[in-house]
Amino acid sequence: MAEITMGAVGERDAVLCFKAVGMTVIPTTTAEETTRALFTLSRQGVRVIFITENAAKQAPEAMERYRGDPQMAIIPIPGSTGAGGYAMARVRANVEKAIGADILFSNTDRQKEG
Amino acid sequence: MPALLRVNPTRMELTRIKRRLVTARRGHKLLKDKRDEMVRQFILLIRENDRLRREVEKELTLALGNFAMARAVTEPELLEEALLCPARSIRVDMGIRSVLSVRVPTLRMNETGQETTLSYGLAETSAQLDGAIESLAELLPKLIHLAEVEKTCDLLADEIERTRRRVNALEYVMIPQFIETIRFITMKLDENERGSLTRLMKVKDMIEQRAGNG
Repeated sequence: MAEITMGAVGERDAVLCFKAVGMTVIPTTTAEETTRALFTLSRQGVRVIFITENAAKQAPEAMERYRGDPQMAIIPIPGSTGAGGYAMARVRANVEKAIGADILFSNTDRQKEG
Repeated sequence: MPALLRVNPTRMELTRIKRRLVTARRGHKLLKDKRDEMVRQFILLIRENDRLRREVEKELTLALGNFAMARAVTEPELLEEALLCPARSIRVDMGIRSVLSVRVPTLRMNETGQETTLSYGLAETSAQLDGAIESLAELLPKLIHLAEVEKTCDLLADEIERTRRRVNALEYVMIPQFIETIRFITMKLDENERGSLTRLMKVKDMIEQRAGNG
């Protein structure tokens, strides 16, 4: 077990709050800043990075780059405007990739709609 | 019909391909079992991932809403100053475990200075800020668990897809190819044998005919 630190990347309104609980925070607004922030944090040894949905949408390549690395987790979280469904879409994409069809959550959605 | 392998129709090749077919069938069975078990574990994990994500999104949206309110009623400089030096430093232990030979992370929270959450005096900041930070601190263990589960799901989904491709390649390409090639070589060898047998019988007939004439 190795000790690691955690970080947060995204809109200032959302990520500043994470600073108060001891995370390394980099506020970003553009795609370039987000990508650079992810690389900077990964170089600093931050292994778990929470990224706001809007920022994650801006930097899909950077997110994909660390996808296969078991020692680096980039987790989308809702921004200050709430959850936009990006993170849940990723969960569903994983189900479709692994099982072939979204058979797990399509039923629960239908029940909720009904 | 699967394509034939480009090999010489000899007994040696036949033995070699028969051995490869046995290995391919064993590999196919093993990979299929691996895929089934991975899917079983994936379903358990993805359900937990879905539940955790819904909870985290709900609670985090509330906490961030409170924080936005606090930002609205506090001077930006004061807020930055209040959050400049956190009262707690969060540390997490990360390890690696193996789920059916897929390396996935394990995260354990190891907090220091847990008693105090607020790093500022209460005089110049709003109550919403205290609430937002308190609720975020309470949410942290769940966030860390979500990170672990979601990363595991990401890695497992990729591995399941890879294994499924391997199983399909073995089942629908390699094994039929081997079977077809074995059939082809066996037929070719039988054909050669029949050819040489016929030739021998013909030669024998010719020799007998010649002996009868002489």
